[in-house]
Amino acid sequence: MGKVHLEIDGKPFEAEVGSMIIEVADLAGIYIPRFCYHKKLSVAANCRMCMVDVSSIPKAVPASATPVAEGMQIQTKTEKAVSARKSVMEFLLINHPLDCPVCDQGGECELQDLSMEYGDDVSRFTEGKRVVKDKNIGPLISTDMTRCIHCTRCVRFGQEVVGIREMGAIGRGEHMEISTYIEESIESEVSGNIIDLCPVGALNAKPSLFKARAWEMRQSPSIAAHDCLGSNVWVHHRRGDIIRVVPRENEAINEVWLSDRDRFSYQALTEGERLLKPRIKRHGEWQEADWQSALSFVASEMKRVIGGSQGKNFGGLIGNSVTTEESYLFQKLLRGMECNNIDFRTRRRDFSGDGRSSVRSGFNFPMEELDHMDATLLIAADLRHEQPLTALRVRKSTGFGNAMAINPFDGEYNFKLAHEIQPDPHFLAQEFARVIVAADKLNPDVLHAEAKEWLNGVESELVHEEIAKKLLHGEKSCIVLGVYVQEHPQAQTINWLAESLASITQSEWGYMTQGCNAAGNKIAGAVPMQSAAGGKSKAGKNAKQMLLEGLQGYFLFNCEPDVESVWSKEALNSLNNASFVVAATPFADGRALDYADVLLPIAGCYETSGTYINVEGTWQSFAAAVKAPEESRPGWKVLRVLANLFELKGFDYESSEQVINELREKFDAAGENKVARKIPPPLMQVNESEVSRKSLGLYQVDSIVRRAKALQQTPKASTHPISVSRVTT
Amino acid sequence: MANEVCFRTLHLDEPWSLEAYESVGGYSALKKIVAGELGYEKIIDELKLSALRGRGGAGFPTGLKWSFMPRNMPGQKYVVCNSDEGEPGTFKDRDILRFNPHQLIEGMIIAGYVMNATVGYNYMRGEFYEPFERMEKALQEARDRNYLGEKILGSDICFELHNHMGAGAYICGEETALIESLEGKKGQPRFKPPFPANYGVFGRPTNVNNTESYASVPVILENSGQWFLDLGKPNNGGTKIFSVSGHVANPGNFEIGLGTSFKDLLAMAGGMLGGKKLKAVIPGGSSSPILPAETMMQLTMDYDAIGKAGSMLGSGAVIVLDETTCMVNLAAITAHFYYEESCGQCTPCREGTGWMSRVIHRILNGQGRADDLDNLDRVASNIMGRTICALGDAAAMPIKGFLKHYRHEFEYMIEHKRSIVAE
Amino acid sequence: MTDLSYDHKQHLKTLLPEPAINEIDHWIKKYPPERKRPPIIAALKVVQEHNGNYLTEELMQAVGEYLDVPQIAVFEVATFYSMFHLDKVGKHVISVCNNISCSLRGADNVIEQLQNRLNIKLGETTDDGLYTIKTVECMAACGGAPMLEVDKVYFENLTEEKVDQILSDIAALEIAKQKKPADLSAEVKK
Ligand SMILES: Cc1cc2nc3c(=O)[nH]c(=O)nc-3n(C[C@H](O)[C@H](O)[C@H](O)COP(=O)(O)O)c2cc1C
Ligand code: SF4
Ligand code: FES
Repeated sequence: MGKVHLEIDGKPFEAEVGSMIIEVADLAGIYIPRFCYHKKLSVAANCRMCMVDVSSIPKAVPASATPVAEGMQIQTKTEKAVSARKSVMEFLLINHPLDCPVCDQGGECELQDLSMEYGDDVSRFTEGKRVVKDKNIGPLISTDMTRCIHCTRCVRFGQEVVGIREMGAIGRGEHMEISTYIEESIESEVSGNIIDLCPVGALNAKPSLFKARAWEMRQSPSIAAHDCLGSNVWVHHRRGDIIRVVPRENEAINEVWLSDRDRFSYQALTEGERLLKPRIKRHGEWQEADWQSALSFVASEMKRVIGGSQGKNFGGLIGNSVTTEESYLFQKLLRGMECNNIDFRTRRRDFSGDGRSSVRSGFNFPMEELDHMDATLLIAADLRHEQPLTALRVRKSTGFGNAMAINPFDGEYNFKLAHEIQPDPHFLAQEFARVIVAADKLNPDVLHAEAKEWLNGVESELVHEEIAKKLLHGEKSCIVLGVYVQEHPQAQTINWLAESLASITQSEWGYMTQGCNAAGNKIAGAVPMQSAAGGKSKAGKNAKQMLLEGLQGYFLFNCEPDVESVWSKEALNSLNNASFVVAATPFADGRALDYADVLLPIAGCYETSGTYINVEGTWQSFAAAVKAPEESRPGWKVLRVLANLFELKGFDYESSEQVINELREKFDAAGENKVARKIPPPLMQVNESEVSRKSLGLYQVDSIVRRAKALQQTPKASTHPISVSRVTT
Repeated sequence: MANEVCFRTLHLDEPWSLEAYESVGGYSALKKIVAGELGYEKIIDELKLSALRGRGGAGFPTGLKWSFMPRNMPGQKYVVCNSDEGEPGTFKDRDILRFNPHQLIEGMIIAGYVMNATVGYNYMRGEFYEPFERMEKALQEARDRNYLGEKILGSDICFELHNHMGAGAYICGEETALIESLEGKKGQPRFKPPFPANYGVFGRPTNVNNTESYASVPVILENSGQWFLDLGKPNNGGTKIFSVSGHVANPGNFEIGLGTSFKDLLAMAGGMLGGKKLKAVIPGGSSSPILPAETMMQLTMDYDAIGKAGSMLGSGAVIVLDETTCMVNLAAITAHFYYEESCGQCTPCREGTGWMSRVIHRILNGQGRADDLDNLDRVASNIMGRTICALGDAAAMPIKGFLKHYRHEFEYMIEHKRSIVAE
Repeated sequence: MTDLSYDHKQHLKTLLPEPAINEIDHWIKKYPPERKRPPIIAALKVVQEHNGNYLTEELMQAVGEYLDVPQIAVFEVATFYSMFHLDKVGKHVISVCNNISCSLRGADNVIEQLQNRLNIKLGETTDDGLYTIKTVECMAACGGAPMLEVDKVYFENLTEEKVDQILSDIAALEIAKQKKPADLSAEVKK
């Protein structure tokens, strides 16, 4: 791209050919007012607020829609520019209600801010104002369409970024209204972004409505906790209460967006039924207890079960979305007690890779690169529901590249697929193998003999060849495995296939994981086959063994295996039959009330400091945004105190930073411990009972999301889980 | 000197038939092209020489416009005819479609050849059922004779032409709104640049001309650019159809040379209705500012003369007003029209047209205030030049025109709560 | 959940007679096959005509499904163009132009006369559901001002007699239509 030279307000700048004046000004830190322009959306140039004065053009021009040119002299503050903006401001205000004092946007309203500068205090408009009937567009977003200034950002967001047109501008002229087709029909999993996009108070977060004014809130940076992307957020709170959660810009991770799941889940913390004090069950009755007696009770019971079985008959299960610090201390505690039955992978069926794979998990390339892929092959990846923002990235790439899928789903895609194969879930690995066979034909020098031998007998068809060709010929290509793959009985086979295909076609590859911190849990050592940072461990039982075999005692750390495990029925049974179950949880309403003997109240996300490691291996630490309510405490502190009760050494941490630093040092010292995958067992059809036909629903993924009220009222909550196969028997 | 171009079949029986059209020399220009006697460069040269200016309102030279199309760019290109005819006062394209459809078809085929486009659309306003049927029949006749379709008359030229219908929206006459509408969307104008010649229908290079502009082309090529130029005056070549309506004895379309005096045109239209006195004229459709009788009687009917007098020739819609006309009432009708027809996408037009219309109606209802007129003029100025398309200007200019020439009528009404014009 | 056996084209076919579907298909063919939206306007017009001059939510939805475009895209179009009616209107919608030229030549008288004869106000529909009168903007027939359009036909140079004639012609047509089934059943009885 060439460069042009121009001046803005007398200062010289260099700019890319083809960029618009407003982009250059933004980079230069010169603010030009705007309503319709948004850097992530197409140019609409309909609000006319960004008018500037270009000396070679007689009329004022919109900076958002005027491309730069060599030698351009741009003035943002001359009479020509300012009077154009003032008149636009006047026009916008004639039909805008002056209800700032009761408007939720008050204090952070772009219209309000700019009217201070450009609005005349006395309106010369004395005719009646337009009133627009309100619409109910669902439980997440409240509307007050009389305030709408028709910038169409929300409409363009749906159309362009999400690829699902739900909002539209209906009617014409002054009667134009932003609307949905029928009421209550906003269903997209990223709909909340239109709240941020709306420059005025027409679209607001329904759960936060009338809870606080903008200037009363403080904000704390944090990390969202419900998918492996680790979106960056601001938590807005007032006097210790979370009021809302909004995206914090991070181009590499969530750009400027947030999924509805990450945005509205906090409601479980503020409105869910919280566990506020430790409880001990005595003679079948729950009694509140102080921390001291609850922890002593836990310690003595654990000693009893663990001591009596040399650690064999006790197991620790940890949730997918706990902090790395918590899972590190959890495993350190249990291992310190000689118990190696530790796992977080309650949705896994295939453990054959244990001990052979790297300590890292997830992606070996930055997610950001998904934007630029010429070819993307999805394997059982229900992106819109697993990782809503990743779906937006893949959608971007389909503007020039190809997305393809081998998915045993009723696919709901927000982008076009160049090829789609829908195998029965039993044959997922087989179907995938056919692509590798096709790729091997095109590029036979990569696979070694043993692998070729293994693939012998697998035949490819035209569609497999087309897919292989696109991956091979694309300058940048990748293979993305969905969360479902890690739940498949042939997960390791499929991982191996992906790695092999990637090497033949010179593609990148990666796999998605459940929850926000699978990568952190693994590095922390919350797995039976290795301790922290891939360190050695005596063999322990994995989640499946713990839940199916039935142990005498369990420690559940923010984990509800009776709901979230693929072995949920068996899990419930085992938990009911155990002689001692301790559950550390933020909530007081799960089945733990039935099967547990002690409940320890721990902080939920945003209430504790910690670190999540996302799918691409980025460590993101955060402080607590608010204090955990009443007696509940951050999990890492609970584990530290408990370890002290056991008189274990090395647990005198004063902050969670000390915990994570200890792990980080180990991790850095260990380096990359890549172990070659071995050739998987022969490709066979898998056992019917082992194949899941359901994956966890969009709003079922963890204990917090499951309790978020508004999310549970959306249509997506009930249409999920989606059925995995439509090609079933 | 009348009815020599677009209306040249009008004197025949069934003037819309293929026979009628061929009998006056129709499709001979196309035949010359097919025979290789008329190349696209020559056609553009002739058009430039003819000084044919766009008949849709803006008056942009047609030959120049055609030369902007990237004819050698690979991929589909489109030729689009603007038969939306929505400007109040205009009713000429309807008569071309009804009485001489083949000439439009031939003009568009030639345009397709010149711009290397193989598909054309004729966008007609939704209410044009009768013209639609005439056009459909004419298209069929042309297809049957292989004037349209694959390998036209055995040459390598291919051109398919479709009629498309709107559904009631004045804004769809604006060329980029028309393109959006043709794509099945709301008729909301696009920001320019990019211009349709680069990014038009379905994102492809597109040429948009008015019905009368295309229909003039075959005749120019049959005769010559010079011949056409001589029908009018320099820079204002040819004849133009003037749609005369309002207070004249014999309203109708008159195809006469540009540069004819208004006096003569008025006489052709039978003079003033009932012998009343001429008060003023809206010379180019409702978006052109009104001109008082004294000015008009001195003017010739061409782009330059009317432009110099502070108005526009526009689409050639001449609305004649006699002494009984109340200007406040006229301004109210005009303001209401643009208020109704604003597409609503950009702020100054969406909000400003409603504001102007409300103020004028309030004055009309006897509730005017002293500061209304300055405010009205200010609002009109604030719309002008600050909108995405020219509807904003079209809405503001006539209001400013009414205020400029007839401010006293508004003042009278504000003060006396009745019109200055006795019923 | 996506029901794969659901044929998106089917619903409209149950709502419209075959010739109407063929008409829509004819329009679809005019545009590049990968473009789904261009026939929306034409399809809505066909549908509206078959539904007695107005659109319903069901019909708009069926059009969206038939053309495979988002519902909101259809809704946007249906609400933008003035020839679409989203509320029930009369079988014969009498559209009177009251823009400049028609006003100058007596459009108000025409409106007045229609209101009196049909005993309804502008924008209203007669009790028998036969007539609606509305005003429209310029219809490109100013040379024949005043004018009105009804049932796709322009009537120009209106006079009082002409307007009466138009009304009685429509009435006669309606009576003829109503007679037919009755006559037929009388015949069957014989
Ligand atoms: C609001 C508005 C309405 C217009 N309506 C029409 C119209 O009805 N018919 C027309 O030919 N041009 C109309 N135009 C002009 C077109 O945008 C365009 O300039 C014209 O079709 C080009 O053709 P020409 O060069 O042959 O005149 C309109 C322009 C504006 C801004
Ligand atoms: S000027 Fe009016 S009609 Fe033109 S784009 Fe703006 S709102 Fe639409
Ligand atoms: S921000 Fe430029 S026109 Fe709206």
